[in-house]
Amino acid sequence: MIIELGHFSLILALGLSVVLTVIPAWGVQTTNSTLMQCGDSVARGLFFFLVLAFLALCYAFVVDDFSVDYVANNSNSALPIHFKISAVWGAHEGSFLLWTLVLGAWIFAVTLFSRDLSLDMRARVLSVLGLLAFGFTLFSLLTSNPFERSLPVFPQEGNDLNPLLQDFGLIVHPPMLYIGYVGFAVPFALAIATLWSGRLDMAWARWSRPWTNIAWAFLTVGITLGSWWAYYELGWGGWWFWDAVENASFMPWLVGTALIHSLASTEKRAVFKTWTVLLAISAFALSLLGGFLVRSGVLTSVHAFAQDPQRGMYILVFLIIIVGGSLVLYAVRAQGIKSNTIFSWSSREAMILVNNLLLVVATAVVLLGTLYPLAYEAATGGNKLSVGPPYFNAVFVPVMVILFLFMAVSQRSRWKNTKREVLLKKQVIYVIGSAVTATLLIVFLASFKPYVLLIVTIAFWISLNLLENILQRVKRRHWQWSAVFTQSLSYYGMLLGHLGMVIMMIGICCTVYYSVERDVRMVPGDELALGGYQFKFVGVQKINGPNYASDQAEIIVTYKGKEVAALFPEKRLYTARGSLMTEADIDPGIFRDLYVALGEPLAQGAWAVRIQVKPFVRWIWIGGLLSALGGFIAVGDKRYRRLRRQDAVDLPQNLSA
Amino acid sequence: MKFGVMKPHRRRKLFLILFLLVVSGSSVGLTLMALRENINLFYSPAEIVSGTAPVNKLIRAGGMVLEDSIFRSENNLEVRFIVTDMQDSEFTIFYNGILPDLFREGQGVVARGSLNEDGVFLAEEVLAKHDENYMPPEVADVINQAHAEPSK
Repeated sequence: MIIELGHFSLILALGLSVVLTVIPAWGVQTTNSTLMQCGDSVARGLFFFLVLAFLALCYAFVVDDFSVDYVANNSNSALPIHFKISAVWGAHEGSFLLWTLVLGAWIFAVTLFSRDLSLDMRARVLSVLGLLAFGFTLFSLLTSNPFERSLPVFPQEGNDLNPLLQDFGLIVHPPMLYIGYVGFAVPFALAIATLWSGRLDMAWARWSRPWTNIAWAFLTVGITLGSWWAYYELGWGGWWFWDAVENASFMPWLVGTALIHSLASTEKRAVFKTWTVLLAISAFALSLLGGFLVRSGVLTSVHAFAQDPQRGMYILVFLIIIVGGSLVLYAVRAQGIKSNTIFSWSSREAMILVNNLLLVVATAVVLLGTLYPLAYEAATGGNKLSVGPPYFNAVFVPVMVILFLFMAVSQRSRWKNTKREVLLKKQVIYVIGSAVTATLLIVFLASFKPYVLLIVTIAFWISLNLLENILQRVKRRHWQWSAVFTQSLSYYGMLLGHLGMVIMMIGICCTVYYSVERDVRMVPGDELALGGYQFKFVGVQKINGPNYASDQAEIIVTYKGKEVAALFPEKRLYTARGSLMTEADIDPGIFRDLYVALGEPLAQGAWAVRIQVKPFVRWIWIGGLLSALGGFIAVGDKRYRRLRRQDAVDLPQNLSA
Repeated sequence: MKFGVMKPHRRRKLFLILFLLVVSGSSVGLTLMALRENINLFYSPAEIVSGTAPVNKLIRAGGMVLEDSIFRSENNLEVRFIVTDMQDSEFTIFYNGILPDLFREGQGVVARGSLNEDGVFLAEEVLAKHDENYMPPEVADVINQAHAEPSK
């Protein structure tokens, strides 16, 4: 009964999404404020029914209702309760319902936090979002209905959740990622609404900034968690694979990062208006493309969901309609909008332009590598190829290095024009100081590697410039040091965002260049020396979990004769599916991780074992999370609330547009 | 218009445009070169047996792991096994390292590595997927094609 209610709620949500698309838009066209106003309540109703549908599915999982196909395929009565709930989004149908629910939540948030947006603009935004909700809900109902039952004969026991997904990572990674992905729908809708109204003004940028920031921050958290999850659960210690689906989430992130920066210049200086609109459209278009790649099964990927050409076709058509429509609207409306603002090549605008160009180039590089196999297959009539990580590393990394060089220089840039002495003062000393410190650290603590020197030097140089940035603020307040604590939240957000990237950069380069790894055959009593540590394979014993049986090894790690860790990697056999799972064990640390994983059992009681020492690997995720925190903090800035009140006074002039 | 009589700001603009053209042209060129060097074409067992696949070049190959074909070394992690298209083409893969959890007889695999002169595939990496019901699309194609055109 509950399941049918859930199904029915989803159908009602579909109906409401049609109403939400049509009624406010009609109100705008006929200047009927009653119709425009009803958008809010329809949007909330839509969210309400999506929540009901989602809860109904959760309920089916909790009570082990195996008459529901989706539950039977992805759950098991022995599954612990928290995994039963996260199993809701453990496969295609449920995860798409989560995706749709997240869109509903964003729409709901728009109705809550946009009361100061002029009535017609809010109606337009909600109408665009309504159209998206329609597309997603219809997709759910037509091709991926999670409420389908197999009656009257249904399995008595579920097929269990894929063991790889029985992990904390599944509980947090997909929701965060989806909130980010789908969050770009709001700046997208604002951009479309702006083009539609023809009022491409700075207010639009001011409006979009907090929404973009928060979506970007969630996406950053989502990608970071995904990388961490892959590291300990799936990747045998790898943290990024240039997998097609990783790329699919990374491309919106890159464009989103560009968008955050260009929105700042559009808001402050009224430059790059049409460019910013184009970025907002692209960020969401790439999110949709990601959805297509993940769910159509067109690409070989660790993330590939069950393949169904029908689903791929639906998303492709939806993608073409949404992106094509947006671009046509853009082509018609963005013409003739000019910025008359002048800025010099040393201004912050110019720096942001460089940032945007580099990020777009980086996105193009990733896009090319991701889609090339598809294009090749289409062109040659079915021949398959894959683009290896060396391509991405060879092309993407240099672009990032240039980007980070500009990040150092741009910290001091001012709007409109930056005086030469402000831009260059002490820079030579900073560069030399960074290089010397980096060399000393590297030579004494590790071994000399030219690329590590380059990256760590840039990292220090950026950090010095961030400090300089703070110092200049203090100087402007006549050296009152309290000025350090009285800056705006968006300023702290900016600092933290950049600092996070610096930390991530150090983490990536140290992990890449200083990690050591060995795959060895070990019998109880064997020892291996690696990276200064001594790993002793004590033995393997059988243990039993709630829904699996496991071989658990014990490995004692010593450093200079002192025990640092006892690690217990496992090889689990999940009984319901009969599938094997490697459960690595890690001794985490700020400066190094010790990572051991069990391979297969070999003859004579021996095991294949992978042992790794990975320096600074945590810095990658710490950096990512700090950057995301910067994004969240910036949203809390009082300025946005204050500005909104002004907008509300300024905006409602030409309702008839 | 002669170059010498161009107004200074026009000349500056021209240089800027030329500069941008050179930069963007060379970066596109370098990108495409990097792409061409790093694509790994996929070859089926039939193509490997018939000699269509290049030797000593990084490629990908795959099929089903033949029953009872897995041989392990006694004292290290070396392993070899036979991959088949379920018709009559098969070849040997040699690998030194840890095989993925989903690797087993009768399962589809894709390996990345190179073919030596003796027709043995030296794998650098053996891939398997999240899901045991999931068949790598390449392998699915191989099986279907081999079925569609039975042995000549």
